Amino acid sequence: MLAYTARRIVYVIPIVISVALVCFLLVHITPGDPLVAVLPADASQELAAQLRAAYGFDRPLPVQFGLWLLRALHGDLGNSIATGRPVLAEVMRAVGNTVTLAIAAAIIGFTMGILLGLIAGYFRETWIDKVATSFAIAGVAVPHYWLGMLLVIIFSVELNWLPAVGAGPNGSNSWAWDWAHLKYLVLPAITTSVIPMGIVTRTVRALSGDILSQDFVEALRAKGLHERGVFRHVVKNAAPTALAVMGLQLGYMLGGSILIETVFSWPGSGFLLNSAIFQRDLPLLQGTILVLALFFVFLNLLVDIAQAAIDPRIKRG
Amino acid sequence: MLIRITTRAALIAALALTTAAAWPRVASAETVLRIGMTAADIPRTLGQPDQGFEGNRFTGVTMYDALTGWDLSSADKASVVIPGLATEWKVDDADKTKWMFKLRPGVTFHDGTPFNADAVVWNVEKVLKQDAPQFDASQVGVTASRMPTLASARKIDDMTVELTTKEPDSFLPINLTNLFMASPAKWQHFYDKAEGADAKAKSQAAWAAFAKDAAGTGPWKMASFTPRERLELVKNADYWDKARVPKIDKMVLLPMPEANARTAALLSGQVDWIEAPAPDALPELKQRGFKLYANEQPHVWPWQFSRIEGSPWNDIRVRKAANLCIDREGLKDGLLAGLMVPATGTFEPGHPWRGKPSFEIKYDKPAAQKLMQEAGFGPNKKLTVKVQTSASGSGQMQPLPMNEYLQQALAECYFDVQLDVIEWNTLFTNWRRGAKDPSANGSNATNVTYAAMDPFFALVRFLQSGMAPPVSNNWGFINNPKFDELVKKARQTFDPAARDAALAELHAASVDDAAFLYVAHDVGPRAMSPKVTGVIQPKSWFIDFSPISIQ
Repeated sequence: MLAYTARRIVYVIPIVISVALVCFLLVHITPGDPLVAVLPADASQELAAQLRAAYGFDRPLPVQFGLWLLRALHGDLGNSIATGRPVLAEVMRAVGNTVTLAIAAAIIGFTMGILLGLIAGYFRETWIDKVATSFAIAGVAVPHYWLGMLLVIIFSVELNWLPAVGAGPNGSNSWAWDWAHLKYLVLPAITTSVIPMGIVTRTVRALSGDILSQDFVEALRAKGLHERGVFRHVVKNAAPTALAVMGLQLGYMLGGSILIETVFSWPGSGFLLNSAIFQRDLPLLQGTILVLALFFVFLNLLVDIAQAAIDPRIKRG
Repeated sequence: MLIRITTRAALIAALALTTAAAWPRVASAETVLRIGMTAADIPRTLGQPDQGFEGNRFTGVTMYDALTGWDLSSADKASVVIPGLATEWKVDDADKTKWMFKLRPGVTFHDGTPFNADAVVWNVEKVLKQDAPQFDASQVGVTASRMPTLASARKIDDMTVELTTKEPDSFLPINLTNLFMASPAKWQHFYDKAEGADAKAKSQAAWAAFAKDAAGTGPWKMASFTPRERLELVKNADYWDKARVPKIDKMVLLPMPEANARTAALLSGQVDWIEAPAPDALPELKQRGFKLYANEQPHVWPWQFSRIEGSPWNDIRVRKAANLCIDREGLKDGLLAGLMVPATGTFEPGHPWRGKPSFEIKYDKPAAQKLMQEAGFGPNKKLTVKVQTSASGSGQMQPLPMNEYLQQALAECYFDVQLDVIEWNTLFTNWRRGAKDPSANGSNATNVTYAAMDPFFALVRFLQSGMAPPVSNNWGFINNPKFDELVKKARQTFDPAARDAALAELHAASVDDAAFLYVAHDVGPRAMSPKVTGVIQPKSWFIDFSPISIQ
């Protein structure tokens, strides 16, 4: 297990460097001026040159990448062009908000998904299965932003039960797990949870249905094992694949959703990415993409290791 | 039974929540105005805001003052420049590059330190003097380009300061509305405490700290700041202009870039005021009793013509025909639900820089068709024109539907309009590169909206031949000696009334030459709760929050 873990960690290094290179280049090869956030289009040539030099955009691209990577390795992702604030602090604050949202959405989505998936798997081809599957399909098919707006119209505008936007009451400078803050989380979390709910439902349904139809289950039952025991076997056999799917979904959620976070003005990484793109704030854009990509890479690593721990056949593979 | 118990529990919970929510309001009589901005982040708070004039509106003219300011007291008259932290100013008769500004006595910054000539020099040098400790490159772009001729500042005495320009420039007092005065003492306090490898690093740290705990001289003081979430401002009861001491206690600014989200926040009572509501929600907002405000802004939605060799727009008959072929009232009432003012130039009647153009821009299709036929075009020989535009962008209103409307309208006057739609920031970057650059992609017009607050932004950068790329925004390489002469005359006329007359002459000449396809002015729509009173929406990008009350 230790060797497997070490091997997986080594594999991550070139991925991380590639990710860094790609996110650095991606924002540089797109057309437009990197100083558009602070340099009006009518600025003089002299001023443009002065600022370009001040921000280091006059240097050759490989030099810029080298310096950026070196600084990034020391935890310095530079300062936002638009706000002057350190990128790392901006990103970590946003990621913190996205993690809060992802945790809430994961709790809702995974719980619902597992529950519906198992019910559908146990009652395959019955009306119960059809209802659960319809939920799953709707979860995957419904556009996020549309659902978000619908929830806002119902629960904020019409019923006035929950706030429509924001991440906390006036005067609050940080997140707290109390109702004053949680009520801001409810609608974005439900909206974020529908896709993982749908995907997990479908996965668990397929897995449990498949396992239940296998001979060893018949054998277990024939040997007189109680249904609770059979259920435990079903869950254990379905767990590695379901875990992988949930890990990926968690990764997507941790990446933040530009649409959901913008609809709810939730100050997470998707919202930050939207504003970095809109302002063409290159250091912020690069930093945000890099941190999110690293999150994704490391989350995948953790899922791989967890899968191997649960199912020893994976290590041998 | 279960239903009864549940209903009772819900009622008790609702009662408890309602009581809890109402109690602080009873306990405190503090009045709070909550505003949903269109920005995705709080504009910079350190004195020179980013995010264009929305930044100036919310973190510029609120917390800070400049030497000169805008008269925001009328919804009917054009907003003009008035004294701010300077009470009077005068150019040197012998050397027209030197200006003397008399400063307003008795003004203090929010930290209690006095505003004086030293503070003015310090603030000029924060953006112009690279070796000054307080120099901040991040504030240069939004300042230096808005006062392109300002060179330096010198203290004469505590209440008098001399500003020098690179060349004689009568526009300086107007441009100075963009230089906001931050407290040098407060910055120095942060600088002395800052840690950093060198003076530059300490300076950056000091500005970062200042942005979180700023001090200007404006009617609002910073109370608390959460980046990307909210800025809370409280009234400055000691503001120097007693008539403009805010009536409400606190103003909370919330970034909400999505129009539907802003509208929902207003409808649900989460905010009291929103900028730019979703256009299709206007009927519902009206029906529910919300108030809507809009007024002509110094803003133009145009096509800027290429005038390089071979451009179809080099024929004035074609330029005039296009201007006569657009039913702007139809565009306003149909597509834009009333949220525009038809443009008949950069400035409309009533503005001091309007002048008396002889070419009347209006909808006259027969006249447009006649001009096109004289120019050699007709139903069987259409003139192909290509325009570069974006799908979105700051001030662009609704660029795609609006351009498609123009495409259809101009087709009736024998134009074949081709649209080249590119991303907003790219369009904005290409604007500086000009019609000759490959990035124009063969377009012979560009559709970039512009602010028309000051003469340089509104006229000079487009009309003066010396402003052709790469210098500034004369994208189409207009080279008209009459424009150059009138620009020079306006710049070198120092009596304000005579300067305005010269600018009016320049503007009239540009309309007579049909320099642009003038289409629309934005109206800065905003919606608010009926509880908000005292709102005067001036003909400006800005608004004075001081007279506003909330019940």
